[in-house]
Amino acid sequence: MSKLPPYATTGQRVWYYAFRVICGLIFFFLIAPIVVVIPLSFNAQDFFTFTPEMLRLDPDGYSLKHYRDFLTSPDWQQALWNSVTIAPVATLLSVGFGTLAAIGLSQPHVPFRRAIMAILISPMIVPLIISATGMFFFYARFGLQGTYIGVVLAHAALGIPFVIITVTATLVGFDRSLTRAAANMGADPVTTFFRVQMPLILPGVISGGLFAFITSFDEVVVVLFVGSAGQKTLPWQMFLGLREQISPTILAVATILVAISIVLLTTVELLRRRSERLRGLSPG
Amino acid sequence: MAETASNDGFVVFDRVQKSYDGVNLVVKDLNLSVGRGEFLTMLGPSGSGKTTCLMMLAGFETATHGDILLGGNPINNIPPHKRGIGMVFQNYALFPHMTVAENLAFPLEVRKMGKSVREEKVKRALDMVQMGEFGGRRPAQLSGGQQQRIALARALVFEPELVLMDEPLGALDKQLREHMQFEITRLAHELGITTVYVTHDQTEALTMSDNVAVFDDGRIQQLAPPADLYEKPENSFVAQFIGENNTLEGVVTEMKGDICTVQLDDGEILDATPVNVSKVGERTKVSIRPERVEFSKDRLQEGAHLLKAEVKEFIYMGDVFRTRLKVAGNDEFVIKSRNAPDQVRLEPGNQIEIGWLPEDCRALDA
Repeated sequence: MSKLPPYATTGQRVWYYAFRVICGLIFFFLIAPIVVVIPLSFNAQDFFTFTPEMLRLDPDGYSLKHYRDFLTSPDWQQALWNSVTIAPVATLLSVGFGTLAAIGLSQPHVPFRRAIMAILISPMIVPLIISATGMFFFYARFGLQGTYIGVVLAHAALGIPFVIITVTATLVGFDRSLTRAAANMGADPVTTFFRVQMPLILPGVISGGLFAFITSFDEVVVVLFVGSAGQKTLPWQMFLGLREQISPTILAVATILVAISIVLLTTVELLRRRSERLRGLSPG
Repeated sequence: MAETASNDGFVVFDRVQKSYDGVNLVVKDLNLSVGRGEFLTMLGPSGSGKTTCLMMLAGFETATHGDILLGGNPINNIPPHKRGIGMVFQNYALFPHMTVAENLAFPLEVRKMGKSVREEKVKRALDMVQMGEFGGRRPAQLSGGQQQRIALARALVFEPELVLMDEPLGALDKQLREHMQFEITRLAHELGITTVYVTHDQTEALTMSDNVAVFDDGRIQQLAPPADLYEKPENSFVAQFIGENNTLEGVVTEMKGDICTVQLDDGEILDATPVNVSKVGERTKVSIRPERVEFSKDRLQEGAHLLKAEVKEFIYMGDVFRTRLKVAGNDEFVIKSRNAPDQVRLEPGNQIEIGWLPEDCRALDA
């Protein structure tokens, strides 16, 4: 939003400032709950509230003990390890299948495109608890229930819709004559895909992959159903922590997760800008 | 249909039909032969099937019926990437994520050529279109005309024997377009490549081609060198589509060898060359080019037929005068005269007599 033009009416002036206030309120509403968690995670006591020492900004009121707890407790370490091994593999599967599905479904000659698209996206729309129950019974039948592969597959299914949506959006702007040009110059379909199409839809693939990763990393309902104690992920452990012992370690973990998310988002945004520059969409 | 000059048939369409929906034929029974080294233009209004033909030749569409042959071999079952045909696309289709040099090297890379060979060929191709300095730029940093040159260089860099061009100059301004027309024909002849060029711009077709195939309604209406196409149109569609044309309607009253007599609808009688009328009593459209009509007595040649006309409008166009007349009930009859020192400038309301030679006046289908 640019500066107010000199001919702005009173109404426009009021709206100009009101708009900023509304935006500020929305940001506050979205961010405040997350921001509150961060100082609480440095609590020296085992409480979920601000102690009088903390409010006085007394250094004795703060400590890193909950972070220490997270880093030393075998329960948390196992959960972290599980999350770290499940999420990337699930993301890889989501990105692979989601990208292929998006490319296939963007071909105008594919029959029942809309119906297929709706089915593939349904995990995002159907209430999670329903997907989770369904997967539980389905995976039990194949002996996948309670296995690492089962959880990875379940999370991949949850991540695919995000990849399909972001890649489909990038494909809308994709000029089909580019693949024709590549074929015309002698490139077979596989070369054409990796040399021409993939670099150009990469921004969509990356952001889809990011969403898929976060989905798996945050997910608690499906893993509770499909996984067993051996696949206890970070969110699961946090959920347990909330139920059984209300320990601020959860807040420490939450803070770490927020930090990871910020780093991921920043990296992806930088990558996306670089790729747009490479595509020649913005000046170098 | 006129036969082409060089007829060894490097590219041959043999009874080709194409339908997208299985009901309507977009291309109906196409027979065409393009000689090696020939510059053939497919000209026609949009929806006439010309682009579909080009796409079938490139391999992006399959023919519903018939054979397409390249160098004597049928190519119906060869995928586009194995045909080795160069192509310039309407929107250039340069890869935006690669530099100009990388774009040009792409067809060489997929052919597994070594780095030094690639670099040399890319440099030569860029120099050929006078873009030697621009190898490191990205397509988005180039103007439309420059992108067009790069697209041309990219289609030629792997030395294909056949190059297809799909309205490549459509997006350029008039001056640049004229310059590129010249440039493309020069390159095509210098390199001796066979070119199939699609356009809806008749000036482009006339100035660039060895032969022009005029498309309408999924058929070739006429295949001829530019001069024949303009001066000897074989049917009224071609006469109307190429250049400016005057049409008078009437009925054939007499056939005498290579001259027929036509009675126009208002009773006027004139002589014409029968082109596709065969018998007395047939309706016909008589076609005369505006610049072949004369109105000054001393310029009218012996044997010219005279008709009364009334001047409706006089337009000064610089190099020529364009005068609109009412002739035999048709008030859209246009004549063009050169802006010469002794040229008469007609004024609206003048009653004049106009004439032409019977061979310039062609009796076509109604």
